Amino acid sequence: MSFFSKQKPVSNTSNSLLNGLRKTRAILTSNLSDLFTGRKQIDAELLEELETRLLMADMGIETTDTVLDALRKHIGFGDIDSPLSLLTALRDLLRQRLQNPEPLSLVKKPHAILVVGVNGSGKTTTIGKLARHYQQLGHSVLLAAGDTFRAAAVEQLQTWGARNKVPVVAQGNGADSAAVIFDALQSAQARGIEILLADTAGRLHTQSNLMEELKKVKRVLTKLDPQAPQETWLVLDATTGQNALQQARQFHQAIGLTGLVITKLDGTAKGGIIFAIKEELNLPVCYIGVGEGIDDLKPFNADDFVDALLASDE
Amino acid sequence: MFNKLTDRMTSVLRSVGGSGRLTAENIEQAVRDVRKALLEADVALPVIKAFIAGVKERALGAEVMKSLSPGQAFIKIVNDELIAIMGSESQPLELKAQAPVVILVAGLQGAGKTTSVAKLACYLKQRQKKSVMVASCDIYRPAAIEQLAILAESIEVQFFPSSSKDNPAKIASAAIDAARKKSVDVLILDSAGRMHIDQEMMQEIRLVHQAAQPVETLFVIDSMVGQDAVNIARAFDAALPLTGVILTKVDGDARGGVALSVRYITGKPIKFLGMGEKIDALELFHPERLASRILGMGDLLSLVEEAQTKLDEKKSEQLANKLKKGRGFDLEDLREQLASMQKLGGINSIMSKLPGMANMQQAVSQQMGDDHNRKMIAIINSMTPGERRKPEVINGSRKRRIANGSGAQIQEVNRLLKQHKQMSKVMKKFSKGGMQNMLRTMQGKLPPGMGF
Ligand SMILES: Nc1nc2c(ncn2[C@@H]2O[C@H](COP(=O)(O)OP(=O)(O)OP(=O)(O)O)[C@@H](O)[C@H]2O)c(=O)[nH]1
Ligand SMILES: Nc1nc2c(ncn2[C@@H]2O[C@H](COP(=O)(O)OP(=O)(O)OP(=O)(O)O)[C@@H](O)[C@H]2O)c(=O)[nH]1
Ligand SMILES: [Mg+2]
Ligand SMILES: [Mg+2]
Repeated sequence: MSFFSKQKPVSNTSNSLLNGLRKTRAILTSNLSDLFTGRKQIDAELLEELETRLLMADMGIETTDTVLDALRKHIGFGDIDSPLSLLTALRDLLRQRLQNPEPLSLVKKPHAILVVGVNGSGKTTTIGKLARHYQQLGHSVLLAAGDTFRAAAVEQLQTWGARNKVPVVAQGNGADSAAVIFDALQSAQARGIEILLADTAGRLHTQSNLMEELKKVKRVLTKLDPQAPQETWLVLDATTGQNALQQARQFHQAIGLTGLVITKLDGTAKGGIIFAIKEELNLPVCYIGVGEGIDDLKPFNADDFVDALLASDE
Repeated sequence: MFNKLTDRMTSVLRSVGGSGRLTAENIEQAVRDVRKALLEADVALPVIKAFIAGVKERALGAEVMKSLSPGQAFIKIVNDELIAIMGSESQPLELKAQAPVVILVAGLQGAGKTTSVAKLACYLKQRQKKSVMVASCDIYRPAAIEQLAILAESIEVQFFPSSSKDNPAKIASAAIDAARKKSVDVLILDSAGRMHIDQEMMQEIRLVHQAAQPVETLFVIDSMVGQDAVNIARAFDAALPLTGVILTKVDGDARGGVALSVRYITGKPIKFLGMGEKIDALELFHPERLASRILGMGDLLSLVEEAQTKLDEKKSEQLANKLKKGRGFDLEDLREQLASMQKLGGINSIMSKLPGMANMQQAVSQQMGDDHNRKMIAIINSMTPGERRKPEVINGSRKRRIANGSGAQIQEVNRLLKQHKQMSKVMKKFSKGGMQNMLRTMQGKLPPGMGF
């Protein structure tokens, strides 16, 4: 079982060395022990094993090389002299490359969140969970059934609306997606709703006509509110490998993303590609999905993410 | 200039040109390149290690074609091996059981199972004229059953209505009964997406399988999946007696290394590719296409292929025979050698196709551009066949004619002739060999300052 599904996220205010060491020891005793027990020295084998672990986490060869080079440099300087300090240093290196999300700044209502991504990544489900999350935070929520293409996509979102007891703005199948979301924003404005969550049809980033459709959605919304959508989130499936970087690039280029949601982290996939995405596009991860249930959503926590990434599942 | 030129050419051809057999040393760089390419394509690391070790073992000691470098030869072997592992041809569905023949799909959440069920139904109905029924055992995902119902209606196949209050295994049994009553040829069962580590859900799909006794159990997996493919494939393969794989979303730009991972781990054939959201976007699997996509060395592979067909050994063999028979290396032969280089797109094109050669390409094209090669050929082209066979007859007036005809200077014609004379002396010492041998030897033999 993965780290995420077992443990509640720990608050991440303290970044002290002590805290770091404690965590490192925790990983060590629970998961990496196979790698570090009985080893007094840092040797090539240990570094290779770390490389394997990073690559297997879908970090990609480039990020992995960069991180390992940095580690080797530290070893060369003599500031890493034991397997334990190596692990701590690695943990810190990875941690530094990520950031925790800022809480939503709800300056104006409605705050429109446009949810996009490739087919089957978990957009509709994430919206269902976010509706719950924001309601728990005391916000009013409205859903827009912007996927007018896939069979039963509207029904699927309506089910989530019913579960959350929040209104869903929808038109028939085959309707214009931009028109539906426009309607929803108008309706949210009229009703004084605080958060609008807009679903869109899954689309591969290589389908230029469908990427154009998304641009149109954005264009149309600005007619009602120049700032809308306040957020545009790309939903990435954690099991996705290197192609996730390509997805992020293309969606970002087409419509300008403000954040990511990583789903399906309740499996054994680690989602290591977010390092490369952060490095290249500076996109933060806002939430992670850890199951199909309505509560299986967590705000992203960089410490927990790194610890889970370094942990072994065996 | 010529020795500079030969110098260059020799070093290029050394990396291009053959050198006996594959050894651990001469393929070292290629092995690294292949590993990197496979990682970038998302082939799972343990699979990469096993795969490369296997290929290396078979490749070491193999003879290298004259026109290839050891690295190229190795990559060619890798590609062939990839195709072999993926299954040399597309495998059809097994439908020769008693009707209703049951097909079950299984896989992770959002992989494309429901869409693939509809695509398969449509395929069997249209291409194989089967009567088809579909049923959903997905009692969890909101609107999953409706999704399949809508798809079934759109392609006009029978739909067995199930309820999210039913038990999945019971749905399967009931659907089979209904299919039998309606004398349906094929029943396709959709199942809920499940995590491979979810023990309860994995047990559930086992029970569905037991109840349905499907002839085909197809594992549906997204072509964008990364390293986790090992864990996923292992778990599904252990839980179910899979008979094949459907790889989805291949219409994107993922390199699809997951195909190799899954094939390696399950040993099961990839039967179909999902090529889009539309119901007719289902294709039979073609291993070659996917192999070169995974390796991502399409250019290099096509170069190797060209080299094999164009620079074949026949011509060099003919030349060797001719030399053996005591007939000299004439201008016809020189032209052939030059032309075979041209055929490969010239030295520039050869180098642009080799990974990591871009910088060198520039340097070389200044020193010995393809123009130069072309000019030499043009000069020879302007000669009569008799002149080519017996260059001795070329006197002053003939030289002028040749220069005029080829747009060259008299001096250039002179240089070519002098060069050829030198070469033919060298060539006499060979019993076998083409351009590579020739140049390699010339580099050692030619006096400095000699040549063009
Ligand atoms: N285990 C797990 N499953 C998830 C998670 N998020 C979504 N899913 C499942 O993934 C599948 C696809 O989710 P959807 O929300 O329909 O995905 P989508 O991106 O809206 O799909 P399209 O609209 O078809 O492009 C469903 O079966 C969800 O239940 C997650 O965090 N963990
Ligand atoms: N581009 C593309 N999209 C596909 C392909 N196959 C399926 N999809 C899309 O992927 C998404 C998920 O497909 P589904 O068939 O609902 O996947 P599933 O495996 O049944 O999902 P769950 O039942 O939630 O586990 C939908 O948006 C489909 O339209 C394909 O080959 N190419
Ligand atoms: Mg959706
Ligand atoms: Mg489904």
